[in-house]
Amino acid sequence: MKQILQFGLFSLKDVSRNMWLLIYTAFFALVTIGLFQFQGHSGKVIVSITSICLVLIPLVSILFGTMHFYNQREFTELMLTQPVKRRTVYTGIYLGLATALVIGFLAGVGFPYLIFGMGGEIEIVSLLVLIVVGTALTLIFLAVSFLIGAIFDDKGKGIAAAISFWLVTAILYDGFILYIATVLSDYPLEKPLLALSMANPIDLARVVLLVQSDIAALMGYTGAVFNRFFGTSLGIAIALLSLTVWIAAPLHWGLARFRKKDF
Amino acid sequence: MIQISNLYKRFGKFVALNEISLSIDRGKVMGIIGPNGSGKSTLIKSILGLVRPTSGSISIDGYEINGEADYRRRIGYMPQLARFPQDLKGSEILGMIKKLRGANPNMEKVLIDLFELQPELYKRIRALSGGNKQKLSIVISSMFDPDTYIFDEPTAGLDPVSSTRLKDFIQSLKQKNKTVILASHILSDIEELADDITLLLDGNIRFTGGVRDLKLKTGQPLLERAIVEVLEEAAA
Repeated sequence: MKQILQFGLFSLKDVSRNMWLLIYTAFFALVTIGLFQFQGHSGKVIVSITSICLVLIPLVSILFGTMHFYNQREFTELMLTQPVKRRTVYTGIYLGLATALVIGFLAGVGFPYLIFGMGGEIEIVSLLVLIVVGTALTLIFLAVSFLIGAIFDDKGKGIAAAISFWLVTAILYDGFILYIATVLSDYPLEKPLLALSMANPIDLARVVLLVQSDIAALMGYTGAVFNRFFGTSLGIAIALLSLTVWIAAPLHWGLARFRKKDF
Repeated sequence: MIQISNLYKRFGKFVALNEISLSIDRGKVMGIIGPNGSGKSTLIKSILGLVRPTSGSISIDGYEINGEADYRRRIGYMPQLARFPQDLKGSEILGMIKKLRGANPNMEKVLIDLFELQPELYKRIRALSGGNKQKLSIVISSMFDPDTYIFDEPTAGLDPVSSTRLKDFIQSLKQKNKTVILASHILSDIEELADDITLLLDGNIRFTGGVRDLKLKTGQPLLERAIVEVLEEAAA
């Protein structure tokens, strides 16, 4: 455990000097401040910030993680020639990167939100839910990026897989669900659609954000379905459990691949 | 001492190492030579645990490698290409490895002084020249004074003074009864440093033994010619 933390701190120190992480934080801060300045203290701001987070956090986390994995490959190899277990190296680097990205997101969205967004219609609960969901998305897409790194030796293939995964989960999936809903509109589809939503971490995150607000109608068909069924604590619990599985499963699978991998 | 028995490694259909058996004694430098793709890297990486052998066994000073990590305390490894996180400083990387090993790096200062690395340690890696990164890599591999050393193309990218110092350092390891593996394409380095050589081709050992034995066997007074003769013999 001590070695995992040492690795985590080391990776954190490394990526905290990365220019792209600073740009990520600054972009979030600018967007959040800008939205509060232009749209005032209204529910619309939360919708806008949420929409941006749902697209940007997965994209940045998966690309940042994948690039880091491949760029540091030789150094990771060197670390693996030290008397440390592969599990330690993998988990430590993951923790370091996750901490850096979550801090970037918190500093970019959380602080401006606290400074400019409090009062009026906006409550602290909205911010807390946004933080939980943003953190979960960071952890999920970073875990997927590490899994991709552990599966593909070729950097090009890895980056292509990362972008494809993001494209499917962030954009194509909702279109696919909408298509099914339209084509099969004569059938009772609520339950299959619920199951389909659970299969996509971004949809799941969207549901969690929706259920605590009254903006379901603005957020796509899957959101509306989920809101009707799971606007309860049971619904939230199931969604949170699913998000946790979405973090644990790729992390576990990626680690299993990493431990067997030839470098 | 490193004992390798029937080491076999396959990547898909490609056989990288074909039932290799090899013994590397303490107090000696074993030169590993072979064309690109001959299995040198796979052999070294198998000893380091970076590649999992399909079958066969490797033991270091009597301890069999079985997937545990702790045996690597006995090994210092200098890779062919030293790549470190660009935004960190050399001192931070050394600090990290010292923490990780939790051991006393009793050769650290000697090596930093030997390669005049002190002023470079507080610069970011991206500001270091290739040669200075190699020197940092030497310090990392050797600062804990391990019993076994693995150097992969160690003099590539070093200036003549540093290269000579490194070769003197490797010579001194023999007197300290260390086990040294030296993989190199630079045959003058091999001739200067190695007591024994192993010649790999297509995953098979074509020759292993003393440098003098190889010359006698082939009747060639120059190591380069002797190696070429063995390789041509194998290709015929």
